[in-house]
Amino acid sequence: MTKPSQYKVIGTRPIRHDGVDKVTGRAVYGADVQLPGLVHGKMLRSSHAHARIKSIDTTSAEKLPGVFAVVTGADLPCLAGKMANLGEGAINLAHLSQNCLADTKVLYKGHAVAAVAAISPHVAEEAVKLIRVEYEPLPPVMELLAAMQPDAQLLHDDVFTNRLGEKSARPSNVSQHIHLEQGEVDQAFAKADLVIEREFRTASVHQGYIEPHVSIAFWNADGHVTIWTSTQGAFTVRQQTAELFEIPVSRITVIPTEIGGGFGGKIPVYLEPVAAALSRKCGRPVKMTMQRDEDFQGTGPTPGSVVRVKLGATQDGKLVAGQAWLAYDAGAFPGGMIGPGCMCVFSCYEIPNARVDGFDVLCNKPKTAAYRAPGATQAAFACESVIDELAEKLGIDPIDFRLKNAAKEGTRRPDGEVYRRIGIIETLQAVKQSEHYRSKTSGPNVGRGVAAGFWFNVGLKSSAAANVNNDGTVTLIEGSTDIGGTRTSVAMQLAETLGIAAEDVQPHVGDTDSVGYTDVTGGSRVTNATGKAAYQVGLDIKQQMAARAAIVFECKPEQVAVEGGVYRHQGQALTFKELAGKLPHIGEPVVGRATVDAGGATNGFGVHVVDLDVDRETGKVTILRYTAAQDVGTAIHPSYVEGQMQGGAVQGIGWALNEEYVFNERGEMLNASFLDYRMPTALDVPMIETMIVEVPNPEHPYGVRGVGETPIVPPPAALANAIYRATGVRMRELPMSPPKLWKAISRSAPPA
Amino acid sequence: MKDFEYSAAATIDEAVSLLARWGDRAKVLTGGTDLIVQLREGQREADMVIDVKKIPQLMESSYSREKGWRLGAAVPCHRIYEHAEVADAYPGLADAARIIGGWQIQSRASIGGNLCNASPAADSIPILIAYHATCRIAGPNGERTVPVAQFCVGPGRNQLARGEILVSLDFPPSLPRSSGAYLRFIPRNEMDIAVVGVGSWVQLNARGDAIEAARIGLGAVAPTPLVAEQASLWLCGKPANDDTFAQAGELARLVARPISDKRGPAEYRTHLVGVLTKRTLAIATKRARET
Repeated sequence: MTKPSQYKVIGTRPIRHDGVDKVTGRAVYGADVQLPGLVHGKMLRSSHAHARIKSIDTTSAEKLPGVFAVVTGADLPCLAGKMANLGEGAINLAHLSQNCLADTKVLYKGHAVAAVAAISPHVAEEAVKLIRVEYEPLPPVMELLAAMQPDAQLLHDDVFTNRLGEKSARPSNVSQHIHLEQGEVDQAFAKADLVIEREFRTASVHQGYIEPHVSIAFWNADGHVTIWTSTQGAFTVRQQTAELFEIPVSRITVIPTEIGGGFGGKIPVYLEPVAAALSRKCGRPVKMTMQRDEDFQGTGPTPGSVVRVKLGATQDGKLVAGQAWLAYDAGAFPGGMIGPGCMCVFSCYEIPNARVDGFDVLCNKPKTAAYRAPGATQAAFACESVIDELAEKLGIDPIDFRLKNAAKEGTRRPDGEVYRRIGIIETLQAVKQSEHYRSKTSGPNVGRGVAAGFWFNVGLKSSAAANVNNDGTVTLIEGSTDIGGTRTSVAMQLAETLGIAAEDVQPHVGDTDSVGYTDVTGGSRVTNATGKAAYQVGLDIKQQMAARAAIVFECKPEQVAVEGGVYRHQGQALTFKELAGKLPHIGEPVVGRATVDAGGATNGFGVHVVDLDVDRETGKVTILRYTAAQDVGTAIHPSYVEGQMQGGAVQGIGWALNEEYVFNERGEMLNASFLDYRMPTALDVPMIETMIVEVPNPEHPYGVRGVGETPIVPPPAALANAIYRATGVRMRELPMSPPKLWKAISRSAPPA
Repeated sequence: MKDFEYSAAATIDEAVSLLARWGDRAKVLTGGTDLIVQLREGQREADMVIDVKKIPQLMESSYSREKGWRLGAAVPCHRIYEHAEVADAYPGLADAARIIGGWQIQSRASIGGNLCNASPAADSIPILIAYHATCRIAGPNGERTVPVAQFCVGPGRNQLARGEILVSLDFPPSLPRSSGAYLRFIPRNEMDIAVVGVGSWVQLNARGDAIEAARIGLGAVAPTPLVAEQASLWLCGKPANDDTFAQAGELARLVARPISDKRGPAEYRTHLVGVLTKRTLAIATKRARET
C-alpha cells in the first residue's frame, strides 16, 4: 500500500511524545499520586449476589486505631427519580449512586456496601472486616433468558420495560425492548432460496486493562473537590461526581492521570465518589486502589448474550432478508450495550428487508460497561457465522459472498443510518488479493476462517489550545485522555497543519480547569474529533502567524502566502521557526484555540482471516496465522494504527477462545483473577499481520476514521468459521474453550 | 494481611526448633511464590515466617550417576533445567521445572516448596511420583523418609508433623534405557494451572522395544496427586508402541476422580488423563531409547 504521500507528517512514524516517560517509569499513574496527609480507602463488598440490606453496623470499624472515616450508601444524597444525561443518554442517577455504594439492596457479588479510610491499606482492610452487615438473601437471577420470564425474581421494583417509548404495566427485568425494521421482511424470506436461522450465546467478558481502577479525592475545607483518577474522561468524572453529590461542576477539578488501559471500562465512576465521601468526612485526601478481583467483580464487564440471526439469500448469493433477536445482559442496572448491538448486527451488508429486536436484561452481575465496540462483537459472532454458513451452502467463496452483499455509499442500515463513503468493499478486495488469503492451508485439522466487522466512529465535543513558543515549538493542550497513542496522533495533525515537525509539538492532556470541555475518550473518536480540533487550532495559529509575518514583511496579512510552514511575501520568506523567534518583538503572543462538536461520524470496517489448528483430542486451538485488514480512512501514525488492529484482534481472540466469567449457582464469580480468567498471553497468538486500507473519510480534513474498536469485532466469528473448516463442527457458544470444543468434536461424526 | 515475625534459620536444627515452638502458627518460606500470595490474600495466616534458604542442606543439589540425585528442598527451579547432567538424567522433572510460572518465578520457586504446598494440581508432584522420589524429613526426633506418593494428604495439606521440615528430595539413579516425561494440559500456553498433569517414567528392555517397568503419576484429578498403579503394573512386559500407550491411558483414567471446577469439567479431566498418559509414555519411551 505504498503511494506517494500528500503529507509531510501524517503517515510517518515518529516516537511518541510520552514514550520516554512510559518506558523509564516516570509517567505518573494514579497509584503514583502521593499527597501530604494521604490516607487509604478500602471497600467492603457484598458477599451475596442478591440480598436486601437489613442493617449495617460500622461501630467497631470506626473504633479501630488508625481509622479516619467510614461511609455507607447513607452518606450519598438520595437521588430517587432524578435523571441526567451523562453523554450516553439519560440515566437514572439513583442507579449510578447505588452502583457506587449500595442503598437498600445488593445486586451482585462484589457490590460496594461500605468503605473505610485509614492510615494504611492494611489497617483499612482490617477495619473493613469489622463492619457488620445483616443481609436477607434473595434468589440470584443469573441466566439471561430466565431473567426475561414474566414470573422471574425482580432486581428492581422501579424498572419497567420501555418499548418504543411505552412503559410496561408491571416492573420487569427487561428494561428496554428495541425494535428496528425496514422493508417487507416476511415476504422477502418467503421468496428467498435459502434461509438459515441459528442461535448463539456469549459469556460475560471483562476489558482486562492492566491498571486496576485507582482514584484519589480531596474534599477541601472550602468545599472544593479535587480528584486524581485513571479515567477515559475527566469531564464525565466531573459531571458524574457533581450529580451524585448535587454540587456544581465548578466545585470539582478532575486531574486525569496516565491510564494503563481502559477499553471502555474506565468511563463510569466507581471509586471517585466513594473516595470523595470519605475525604469529606475525614478532611484528608483519600486514595482508593482496586485489587484485581475487585476490578472483575465490582466493575463492568461487557454483556453476555443470546442472539438469534436468520438470513435469507437467493441462489446466486444475494441477501434478501434478515432478522435478528438479541438479548444482552445489562448486569445489575439498566443501560447495557443492546442499542449498538442492534445497530451493528447487519451493519456490514445491504439487506433491504430486515427486522431487529433487542432486549436490555437485568441480572445479578456487575453493571455492564463499554468494552471496545460495545455490543458489536456479540452480534457479529452470530451474523458472520450465519453468513459463512450461507456462503458454504451456496458454494460461494466467503469473501466473494461478502463482496456481493457488502454495504456501500447509500446503503441504509435497519436503524435508519444511510452510509456515506465507506470502505468495506476495498477492505474485502484487499483481503481477497492478499498473499495470506491466496495461500493454501495444509494439515488434517487446519482450517481457515474469515469474518467482517463494523464499528461506528463518533464525533462529539473536543477542545484544544496551543501556544507558539519563540523557539519554534508549539505546546498543545487538549482534553482527551490518551489510551491509545492519541496525544501523538493529535499532535501530528497540528504539526501537519502548521508545516512543522511532529517533535516540535508538545502535547499535554489538560485537567478540567485548564482545557475546554472535551467528551470521553471512546467511540474511536479522539484522532477524528480532537484531531479535527487540532487542525483548527493550526488554522487559527497560521492566520495569526501570517499577521505577524505581515508586520515583518511590511504588507497586509492577506498578502502573506503560507505554504509548507513557510510564510512568504514578494521574495521575503520566513520559516515557522524563524517567525516564532521574532514573536517577542512583533505584536501579541500567538495562542491558537478551537472547539469542535464534530459531526461526520463515519464508520470503520474490518475483515480478518485466521488459519488455525485444532487438537482433536483436547479441543485446544492453535492460531497459525492471523491477518487483520481495515479501512482506517487515513493512517495518521501507521504504527499505532497497526497496534490498535493487533490489540483488538488479540482481545477478540481471547473472547473467542477462553475468556468468561464463571459463576456458581449462588452467583459468585469463581475466576476473578488473571490466572483463571484466561486472557491470551504473548505465547498464545502469532504476530498479527495487518493490512491498512485507506479510503479517506470525506468529513475529516485529513480523512481520518476511527480505528481502535473495529478490530475486536471479527475475531470470534472468524475463529468459529475456521474451527468449522478444521473440524466440521459449528461452534455457536463463546468461549470456544477446549472442554466445549472437545465435547462438540466428540459428539460429531469422526472425520471422513 | 496481618503482621508476622520473620526468622531466617541458618541450620536445620534451628528451623526445627522454631517450627516446634511455633507449631501451626509458623510457615516455612522458600521461594515464597505461593506463601506470600496466600498470606497477602488471606488464604493462610502466619505469626512467624521461617526463611530456610540460608540452610546449606536445603540449597544443595548433588548428583552422581551411581548414587542418584539429592535435591535440596529450597533449590530454585532454574537450577534443575540449567544443570545439564540433572536435566539429562531426569528430563521429566526438567519438563515440570520449566513450566512452573515464568522465569522470574523459576528463579525463586523450589520443587520442595511446590511439594509442601500440596496443591492437587502441582506440576512437579506427578513426575516426582513417577521417578520414585522420596522425601527426607528432619524433625525433633531425627530424620525419616517418606515416598513422595504418600506425602500429600489433602489439598494444601501434607504429612509433616509439628517441628518437621522437608530437607531434600532423593531420586534413585537414572538407569540406561529409562526416562520420564511430564505434560500438563492448560487452555493457554503459559500462566495457567494444570487442568490435568501426568508424569510418566519407563524402563525399556535391552532392545528398547518393550517396557520392563513403568510408573505414572497423575495431578489435578483427586484431592492429592495419585499413582496410576494398575496402569503402571499393566505396562510391564508390553511392547512399547502407541497401542500400548493408549491402553495404559484407558487404565489410568480409571483412578481419576476429579471434580468439576473453574478449570474444567470432571468428564473432560478424566478424558485428558488418557490423552496425557498416552503422550507422556510416548515421549518418555522416545527419550529412554536415546539414553
